Amino acid sequence: MMEKVIEIKHLNKSFGSHEVLRDVNFSVNKGEVVCLIGSSGSGKSTLLRCINLLETPSGGEIIYKGENILDDQHDIKKYRTHLGMVFQQFNLFNNHNVLKNCTVGQQKVLKRSKEEAAANALKYLKTVGMDQYVNAKPRQLSGGQKQRVAIARALAMDPEVMLFDEPTSALDPEMVGEVLKVMRNLADGGHTMLIVTHEMEFAREVSDRVVFMDKGVIVEEGSPEQVLVNPKHERTKEFLKRTIKQ
Amino acid sequence: MSLDIILSILEENWRSFLNGAYMTLLIAIISTIIGALIGLFIGIMHTIPVRKKSIKSVILKVFNFILTVYVEIFRGTPMIVQAMVVFYGLAAYGVQLDRFIAAIIVVGLNTGAYMAEYVRGGIVSIDKGQYEAAEAIGMGHFQTMTSVILPQVFRNILPATGNQLIMNIKDSAVLSVISVTELFFTSTSIAGANFRFAETFFITCIFYLIMTFVASRILRMIEKKMDGQNAYSVESKREEPIV
Ligand SMILES: Nc1ncnc2c1ncn2[C@@H]1O[C@H](COP(=O)(O)OP(=O)(O)OP(=O)(O)O)[C@@H](O)[C@H]1O
Ligand SMILES: [Mg+2]
Repeated sequence: MMEKVIEIKHLNKSFGSHEVLRDVNFSVNKGEVVCLIGSSGSGKSTLLRCINLLETPSGGEIIYKGENILDDQHDIKKYRTHLGMVFQQFNLFNNHNVLKNCTVGQQKVLKRSKEEAAANALKYLKTVGMDQYVNAKPRQLSGGQKQRVAIARALAMDPEVMLFDEPTSALDPEMVGEVLKVMRNLADGGHTMLIVTHEMEFAREVSDRVVFMDKGVIVEEGSPEQVLVNPKHERTKEFLKRTIKQ
Repeated sequence: MSLDIILSILEENWRSFLNGAYMTLLIAIISTIIGALIGLFIGIMHTIPVRKKSIKSVILKVFNFILTVYVEIFRGTPMIVQAMVVFYGLAAYGVQLDRFIAAIIVVGLNTGAYMAEYVRGGIVSIDKGQYEAAEAIGMGHFQTMTSVILPQVFRNILPATGNQLIMNIKDSAVLSVISVTELFFTSTSIAGANFRFAETFFITCIFYLIMTFVASRILRMIEKKMDGQNAYSVESKREEPIV
């Protein structure tokens, strides 16, 4: 039996009367790479944001290592340190340079010493190929470079799971490759990853499992072969036809 | 107006001019700092996130209402009138304020009322992604504010604070109505004694100009410094660039 890191049960989310997620059930196992695909507006981002509680779910359970983190007394800040989030828009701290972006959380939240934090940050900045830019401010970097730093910032917290919300969608085409390359390496390195992406080719190559969402529900999930090559459901087929045409 | 007269007035009164200028600067600087702190406090209070209908939200609402009233009063009345009300008004109730302290209170509160709006604007203009990124790595509201948001707000409000300082250097002249011995009051006394109004106030002009010019230059330098160098140094290339 594989160890479930995150398990989601009957998750619902509405914005006002608009139901965005309906009875979503799924889990991510340790070491697994899961890609979440689906058309625009299907609720992928909302699901990811519910998982790290940037949005408050309207109902259901989120089980992290056997504990329901939606319980009132659960320490949300601590839970969040176990999840590394990478945003579409990078969201690097504009007032800090590259190194500080990767150390501020370690120091303030994990209470690591400055030296320890810097050493850890450098290790991951090397992983993403940005260790030469420790002194640069975000505004001095290209999109691809920013996103690689954002990945290093998340990794530096030594999370259990990495969450990616369309990490390459805001990038110029020529920079997509460098970010995907970093993510491939992370996947090979055994990181647990949940990735929202429109990069089908990438999803097929790296994921252990692909989850297809439509209109707030999970329609189909399985191996990349099952979902992307031989989908069972009409909606999945349609979606794939549409995306491949583009 | 002749240069000879100007020089002789300067020669006779340079100590008084300097003292007046010193008072003006002191009032402007201290009250700008106080005002910025008040503005910061109000701006932060107005942007604290609270759950609806909690006790905390009610207290905060009442408190913020009071702060709004303060802001409206000080922005909606002339500073010269505020000076009269604070100084003579309090005196009527037996509170005999030192004139200098009264000056600082009036200019400081006035600046605070303006800065509150700048700070609020500076906070809400920060991209939501900055908060989310901070929250996502486990920071609380306080940590997010102190290590991510406020440093960016400081930078954003620096130009407004600088403007306010320059305004305060000039507008503190109205404090002469409560006989604070700043530059304008001093100049009036000097001119009252020598009856050379044009020449005396020409000198006063120069003093004000020097103060505002130097202040704006210093502020520009601080802004530059906060932005850091435009170029960053790339560390010497290491073995493998991307894994
Ligand atoms: N804060 C919000 N308030 C109201 N509605 C929202 C909010 N956030 C998302 N929605 C709605 O929820 C639905 C799902 O949005 P979501 O961003 O999760 O989709 P997505 O699958 O990530 O789409 P995309 O591929 O375009 O990123 C959309 O209809 C969107 O309008
Ligand atoms: Mg999205």
